[in-house]
Amino acid sequence: MGFFSSGFSGRARSDDPALPPGQYLTESFPVLSAGPTPRIDDNEWAFSITTETGVVHAWNWEQFRALPAEDVTTDIHCVTSWSKLGTGWRGVSLDILFADVDTSADFTMTYSYGGYTTNVPLEDLLGGKAWVAFEFDGDELEPEHGGPARMLVPHLYFWKSAKWVRGIRMMENDEPGFWEQNGYHMYGDPWLEQRYW
Amino acid sequence: MSFSPATIVAAHPETPGARTLTLEVEGWPGHRAGQHVDVRLTAEDGYTAVRSYSIASSASSARLDITVDRLVDGEVSPYLVDVAEIGDRLEIRGPAGGWFVWRGDDDGPVQLIGGGSGVVPLMSMIRSHGDAGSTAPFRLLHSVRSPASALYYDELRQRAADDAHLEVRHAFSRATPPGWPAPPARLDQATIEASVFPPSEAATFFVCGSTPFVEAVADWLVDAGHAPERIRTERFGGIGVSP
Repeated sequence: MGFFSSGFSGRARSDDPALPPGQYLTESFPVLSAGPTPRIDDNEWAFSITTETGVVHAWNWEQFRALPAEDVTTDIHCVTSWSKLGTGWRGVSLDILFADVDTSADFTMTYSYGGYTTNVPLEDLLGGKAWVAFEFDGDELEPEHGGPARMLVPHLYFWKSAKWVRGIRMMENDEPGFWEQNGYHMYGDPWLEQRYW
Repeated sequence: MSFSPATIVAAHPETPGARTLTLEVEGWPGHRAGQHVDVRLTAEDGYTAVRSYSIASSASSARLDITVDRLVDGEVSPYLVDVAEIGDRLEIRGPAGGWFVWRGDDDGPVQLIGGGSGVVPLMSMIRSHGDAGSTAPFRLLHSVRSPASALYYDELRQRAADDAHLEVRHAFSRATPPGWPAPPARLDQATIEASVFPPSEAATFFVCGSTPFVEAVADWLVDAGHAPERIRTERFGGIGVSP
């Protein structure tokens, strides 16, 4: 662009290569959600994967927590332009949850307690790229950040990491979830700045 | 959606900490009440910073006003509130947001609850409602620290006096106007329940403010029997010191 904003010098020069275009660093952990925070007890919580043929794989909290979990340190990028680097999580890899799932569908819809949905291609959930996380920074996940458990798909903008996750439904075709119907991008790659339609 | 050049064509202070800027954007498509824009500033050395600001102006007009609240250690807001002048240029992307939006053809009751500068997108809804002559029952509860920090106070009082379909209530937490019937008090669940439409009205709620404000208010509303799916929230305070 051929002009600058007169008198603006800026303050924080972040030339950190870990920062995608148009993002700025934050040390806090802002919250973005569309409605009230659902309160879900561990003993009511369940997670399931439903295939395109209707086969359901389900875990209650105890079964879920008995699965092998791993610590994940990763950067997260919110579409509202903040990024937080080196965040620490603990969760179960989607590779483990999908181990016995027989599907030929390429797309998924993640859905949550409270009604939230978001679509992610299956290949973005597998291969060590996504987790169902239940700890943040060594503590159990607070409800306002998605507890008891949330998706963690950190290579996409963070709205793709559904809070209060309840399950995943396999889809033959890509369909928009909640924010995707309300102006956000179908895929959401922060390095390509896929924020809006 | 990409950035478009914009020019500041008018500016006025709203409170000691907040200022409204009127922006002229080439090819501006108009907006819906409740939407926001991304503002990009570019320094002389090419450094850029982007922040989102809610639109304050009516959706019935082609006018684009944003009201910016100065954050204590903010990077962009102090510039927009204190430094930027009429004629200065910046860039705008938007309008954006399809959820925290009031559509003028909806005549159901609407309860707006704003904390501090969280009233800005709600003001766009109130102005749009008034300009369109909507008969949808509108109520605003605005929680503020003091009269000096109450955005749009006179205009809100005037609009409520002129419009039978709009009711405006203020809750002051630190200081009240002279002669105010109640002492300043932190907003609590009892005040919320006494001020908003009852659950039987099945109103749509728009709640906007800092994260702690929105979390508390939304929890109280659910607790009071309002359907969670009718409560829409928007938060600010992504960076910098939250007041």
